[in-house]
Amino acid sequence: METTRSSAVRVRGLRKRYGSTRTGFKDAVAGLDLDVARGEIVAVLGPNGAGKTTTVEILEGFRDRDDGDVAVLGEDPRHAGRAWRARIGVVMQDSRDLSELTVLEKVRSTAAAYPGSRDPGEVIAAVGLAEKARARTRGLSGGQRRRLDVALGIVGRPELLFLDEPTTGFDPEARRSFWDLVTGLRDDGTTILLTTHYLDEAAQLADRVVVVRDGVVVAEGTPETLGGPGARTPIVAWDDEGVRRAERTDRPTAAVARLIAAAGPDGEVPGLSVTRPTLEDVYLSLIGETTIDTEEAA
Amino acid sequence: MSTAAATSTTARTAASSGRRLPGTIRLGLVRGGVELVQFLRERDSMVFGFAYPIIMLAIFSTVFGDDDPIVSDGVTVGFAQYFLPGMVATGVMLSTYQTLAMSIAVERDDGTLKRLRATPLPATSYFLGKVFLSLVTVLAQTALLLAVAALAFDVPLPQDAAHWITFAWVFVLGTAAGAVCGVAYSSVPRSGRSASAVVVTPLLVLQFTSGVFFPVTQLPGWMLDLSSVFPLKWIAQGMRSVFLPEAFAAAEPAGSWQHGATAAVLAAWLVVALVVGTRTFRWRRHDDG
Repeated sequence: METTRSSAVRVRGLRKRYGSTRTGFKDAVAGLDLDVARGEIVAVLGPNGAGKTTTVEILEGFRDRDDGDVAVLGEDPRHAGRAWRARIGVVMQDSRDLSELTVLEKVRSTAAAYPGSRDPGEVIAAVGLAEKARARTRGLSGGQRRRLDVALGIVGRPELLFLDEPTTGFDPEARRSFWDLVTGLRDDGTTILLTTHYLDEAAQLADRVVVVRDGVVVAEGTPETLGGPGARTPIVAWDDEGVRRAERTDRPTAAVARLIAAAGPDGEVPGLSVTRPTLEDVYLSLIGETTIDTEEAA
Repeated sequence: MSTAAATSTTARTAASSGRRLPGTIRLGLVRGGVELVQFLRERDSMVFGFAYPIIMLAIFSTVFGDDDPIVSDGVTVGFAQYFLPGMVATGVMLSTYQTLAMSIAVERDDGTLKRLRATPLPATSYFLGKVFLSLVTVLAQTALLLAVAALAFDVPLPQDAAHWITFAWVFVLGTAAGAVCGVAYSSVPRSGRSASAVVVTPLLVLQFTSGVFFPVTQLPGWMLDLSSVFPLKWIAQGMRSVFLPEAFAAAEPAGSWQHGATAAVLAAWLVVALVVGTRTFRWRRHDDG
């Protein structure tokens, strides 16, 4: 399989099927393509069950795939060895491995497995756990635990970092400082593949957003252009004798003027609204959860 | 911007690939340190796993004492002396099989293993750390057990090299077999919560049927035959040959210490469990894909 020097992740036609002949099969990943360039932050968005975590775990080498080509840092994760693992960092979604070790002991013993790891103390400070360095990990709160996960994921100085819903359970302040940390890693040259539920997180961090639904990519682009040029077209909506009508138009003022002219003698248009879709609206319409029902503007 | 980032990444790749990955043995020692620190801080497992044989020896020897001497071929020993070999054997299985099977099952369930799998830590180093902890605990436990037996209950310990050589090979072979059995058995419990029941129960049953608590001659034949398949019976029998007078060989079901059979059974378990363990070991939970 051909990989270019500037490609960190290259996925073509990835398929993963779960189930058995008894329960029936389901394609968790159904022909997914994905590219992440070196130094890029890519956010993978999608509803629960869209296949995000399955995809990421195949890239991390945890799961086998049923079909497709995968190259992560130029190697197939299925056959990659220790040297490859030393170049990736993984922050998993479902970690609950807490012990009687302190934060510092845990980070230090993890760092020992890598050549050229970061300084454990500096990493702990960077994730905001400095005053918890000597606390047992069993006693950490949910948010502190997650920050420890991140510390363990980056202490090996990875070239490519996988972050699977890293800020779940963070308070707004902790999310802000986490975003600063991720931006700092990017400035260091770290490539990051992020999955998240949070649209603002994707908008804040990602160079590129990939939306996954039912195991395939349904859209991709920068946070500003996702969904194509039409996706952010304003929507004019009104009630027409009890029926909700809507129109997408680049000229909402003209549309409103037309509605007023067509209205009765008092010039009142019932239920009139003009909305400009946010990233969240675009995302929701992409995954089919939209509440705005529109007719395409002529 | 992306060009600059790509360049610096390439430079860093070259730099880091120039450094060698840390050695397997060295990482095994790091893991051994981690295991030991965790063990010392988990007080409940300290008390129940580590001190169990010592507590049992103390209780049984105090209750039965010298009023219930055990006789074989006209030779008499106190209860503590008769009980000691069984407790040494039980300690070996607790510190190896039980500790390893439970801790690995729990670490698989809570994601510790999965997280380690994501790092360049070799599997061998992980197991070295586990075996290191087993060795440290089983040595400390046995030393303490012998000291308590000798000092508090006046159990005469063997004075000649031949008995201690027997002790050494039974102990080493038993420890090795118990350790690999623990690794292999760790895949049996389906969750961390079920681990203690699934791991402890078979060993508890075997303690009753392997001559640990009372002389095996009191057991029905079929039960004895069944226990003879498992390592505990042979470790206990080997330890009896170390700590009991020669006359007690006659009290064994076979009428002798059966050193050859002991070595063969323990070695067989070592090999079979090693093969099964390396083939069935998984880093992830049963329900995790």
